[in-house]
Amino acid sequence: MQTRTITIDPITRLEGHGKIDIFLDDKGEVERAYFQVPELRGFETFSIGRPAEDMPQITSRICGVCPTAHHMAGTRALDDLYKVEAPPTGKKIRELVYNTFMLEDHALHVYILGGPDFIVGPTAPKALRNVVGVIQKVGVDVGKKVISMRRRLRDLISYFGGKVIHPVLGLPGGVSKGLNPDDLPGFKQLAEDGVEFAKFTLQVFKDIVLKNPEYVKLVTSDTYTHKTYYMGLVDENNRVSFYDGKIRVVDPSGKEYAKFPAQKYLDYVGEHVEPWSYVKFCYLKPLGWKGFSDGPDTSVYSVAPLARLNAADAMATPEAQKAREEYFATLGGRPVHFTLANHWARVIEMLQAAERMRELVNDPEITGKNIRTIPTATPTVGIGVVEAPRGTLFHHYETDEKGLIKKANLIVATQGNSARMAMGVEKSAKGLIHQGKADDGILNMIEMAFRAYDPCHGCATHSLPGEMPLIVSIRDTSGKIVQEIRR
Amino acid sequence: MSSPTTQPSNGKPRADWEPRIVAFFCNWCTYTAADLAGVSRMKHASNVRIIRVMCSGRVDPQFVLEAFAKGADGVLIGGCHFGDCHYSEGNYKAARRIRMLRRVLADMGIEADRFRLEWISASEGEKVKLVINDMAEKVKALGPLGMPGQFKDFDQEMEHLEAEAGVKEVAHAG
Amino acid sequence: MPDKPKVAFYWCASCGGCEESVVDLAEGILGVVDAVDIIFWPVAMDFKRSDVEAMADGSILVSMINGAIRSTEQEEMVRMLRRKSQLVIAYGACAHLGGIPSLANQFDRAQILKFVYEESPSTQNAQKVYPTTKYQDNGRTATLPELHRLVRTLDQVIPVDYYLPGCPPTPKLLQQALTALLTGAAPPKGTVLAPDIALCEECPRKDTKPADLSFTTFKRPHSSEMDPEKCLLAQGFLCMGAATRGGCEALCIQGNMPCSGCFGPTSRIKDQGAKFFSSICSNVAATAEKEIEATLATIPDPVGTFYRYGLAASLLRARMGRQAEA
Repeated sequence: MQTRTITIDPITRLEGHGKIDIFLDDKGEVERAYFQVPELRGFETFSIGRPAEDMPQITSRICGVCPTAHHMAGTRALDDLYKVEAPPTGKKIRELVYNTFMLEDHALHVYILGGPDFIVGPTAPKALRNVVGVIQKVGVDVGKKVISMRRRLRDLISYFGGKVIHPVLGLPGGVSKGLNPDDLPGFKQLAEDGVEFAKFTLQVFKDIVLKNPEYVKLVTSDTYTHKTYYMGLVDENNRVSFYDGKIRVVDPSGKEYAKFPAQKYLDYVGEHVEPWSYVKFCYLKPLGWKGFSDGPDTSVYSVAPLARLNAADAMATPEAQKAREEYFATLGGRPVHFTLANHWARVIEMLQAAERMRELVNDPEITGKNIRTIPTATPTVGIGVVEAPRGTLFHHYETDEKGLIKKANLIVATQGNSARMAMGVEKSAKGLIHQGKADDGILNMIEMAFRAYDPCHGCATHSLPGEMPLIVSIRDTSGKIVQEIRR
Repeated sequence: MSSPTTQPSNGKPRADWEPRIVAFFCNWCTYTAADLAGVSRMKHASNVRIIRVMCSGRVDPQFVLEAFAKGADGVLIGGCHFGDCHYSEGNYKAARRIRMLRRVLADMGIEADRFRLEWISASEGEKVKLVINDMAEKVKALGPLGMPGQFKDFDQEMEHLEAEAGVKEVAHAG
Repeated sequence: MPDKPKVAFYWCASCGGCEESVVDLAEGILGVVDAVDIIFWPVAMDFKRSDVEAMADGSILVSMINGAIRSTEQEEMVRMLRRKSQLVIAYGACAHLGGIPSLANQFDRAQILKFVYEESPSTQNAQKVYPTTKYQDNGRTATLPELHRLVRTLDQVIPVDYYLPGCPPTPKLLQQALTALLTGAAPPKGTVLAPDIALCEECPRKDTKPADLSFTTFKRPHSSEMDPEKCLLAQGFLCMGAATRGGCEALCIQGNMPCSGCFGPTSRIKDQGAKFFSSICSNVAATAEKEIEATLATIPDPVGTFYRYGLAASLLRARMGRQAEA
């Protein structure tokens, strides 16, 4: 049998690096595609012996794009470890920082990373499939607005956290810095501008994507559809929550399958290993690993915006809720299984993050002086959970009586999507590559299958003919390259 | 392991291997005692290279770490008894620093017997002899630490340059 | 019109924070893009490894490489970039000192792999499947790079011309470095591109640092009150600022938390961790062995505190006594 290989190396905007190996049969149809993560650093092991209170800063180095997510998950784990609760001001400052972070990080993806695929178009010339093309489409003023808005939001995070990349504010039972009332007016203005910005972004998305029948067809196409379970954090009213709450999972038909506190995550979350990737694949443990498959018999779940909107009954803020209702009405009801709808769900979440920011800066307790409760309990085990922009994030610490880590277990958001990404890449490769033909447009459309999830290393692209470097090499069975496509 | 101190076949130290111990002796007490031991013709193991410092408080932990990193199998520090320091405070500082250094060495896998701090007064020549002999014996039993050799070993993993992943250079199509 | 100088960015065992620090130039990045030709930036750009390989040696003015080196793929990439570049900058704490990932040097690779793929409480792997460098499946071979046994700094793999310290470096320092390089005002090779003085000098709490420090006990931030105005070291917190190079303008202290040492040592120090603990131990008040012990017992984690970012660059580099095939 003649086997041909197409290797895409590297893919980018992932935790570290990634690559895809595609194998064709002798008719040039895709037999198998492997979505591979080629890296591991070992945080859980080298955390052993570390003081638990250092973990929010140590684990934030898992990702420099979403350090605040790890920082906050770690801080919540410390709350549980020391059985201590933050006073209201401390909680509100944490939530303010966290929603600010969600807003700026989602904006990065919408305008600069994944957004160009839609705002400019999946088959647009490659030199325009980046923020330059986005700016041409939406105007220079908007471009400046995006850069400036992100910068102001990140300045808020620096205010409380010292640095925005790897902030320091998290302590068990509170935060390290309060809000000086003199600085409040500036933040109130920022929150107002943030809500306007989120609304504007939603409008941009509607105008450019939803009014384009080609795009709607793409979003709803079978190539990018997977019917899996969906997981997300919800508050006591089953509304989307980023910072606190219980984990809720719905099945592919949208029915609640489970709802549990972070402390019970081991009852539900399993990690599966494959020999062709360093990343592990999350699935629902009680159902057992059923392979890379979807449909009613699957045990694969998904996380991040698409999943969160499916798992919850509503958004937690009014404008976002309106947007969500429109989203489900347009896409045929809940749950939505279209991977590319992640882009839309993400914008709706921006709106909630901004509205929540505004609620918090207008809360009189936000300038309170009591920002932390000093713990007194002897630590043993602590488990914390937050919704990172890219999905549900679990931090689990076990310590000795001095609070030094004996064991740490981390389930990092993107792992909740790694099975679905692997399926998506293979399905799109099979759907798009025929008779051995794989041109530039096809390559980009395979990339779109994982890019919609905003995998954890979504890093900046700016002003540059920004698409990922791709080499597609088609080899015959002797390994000799017969064709090479570059872009 | 490929260091010259080991036999090629089984990694055990050669029978004639002798540990190399670096000693930092304070001028006023321990170094004087070592002199005394020499003048008194006390025989002690020859494994020790003595470095004279003016005070045990002069011993920067970096000296100890660098000695190990450069190939020492053991490091010995000798200073004055508490209360006898020529500079009053120096040996207290040494005591505190060395305690912390011990913990770091332990956490980094260097056996406790390789690192020793002794208070030896100027008249205690006999003690110098006993300490040196005892330490040489203990370090010999532990075998070589051989840090330079260990890192040469580790660096073998960098010798292959063939690309396992990624695409090799090719001519353009057509 | 002369060609713009060529610049490359690349990441190894990194978190992406250094890439974000470039983005945080915000409007400033447009000036950078005007002045240089970014010819390789895998997260963002059209260029592939073979494009860079096809370039003449030395045709890239500067490659900025972040992340520690811990796999065969990373090692190959940085060797190739070194050949093609006139200058290589080790960008960020991981490339400079090993960074937080180099804490893995305190453990065996085998132990790391075993926890991830077998022992973690959520991992279900009864068959003990492990990722492999060559996976054979029905005549197909999928490949992965191999993890090294040791985490290394960039200059432990290739010669490095300059270092931009920090976790991550600040946009201000980056801007200064680029300007210096592009205007031909480059400092001597080997320079760390940040002020060569301890952080205390630029700390907003400098005036509250006493002339004499004396410790009877050390405190941990989670269980102690923290005065937001006073020198943290004077309060008994393990603030690494005294042994850490300045240049960040004391960002963490402005967040009311102690410095953790990410900029590494000044040029006069070989081993940052040793220098710091030597200094604070000198200032322990106790003179009797038992009391000294009691004071030092309040420091919970020497390696993680003193060597958090710099274990790979320290004098010992890694834990000894590791198995040959670990």
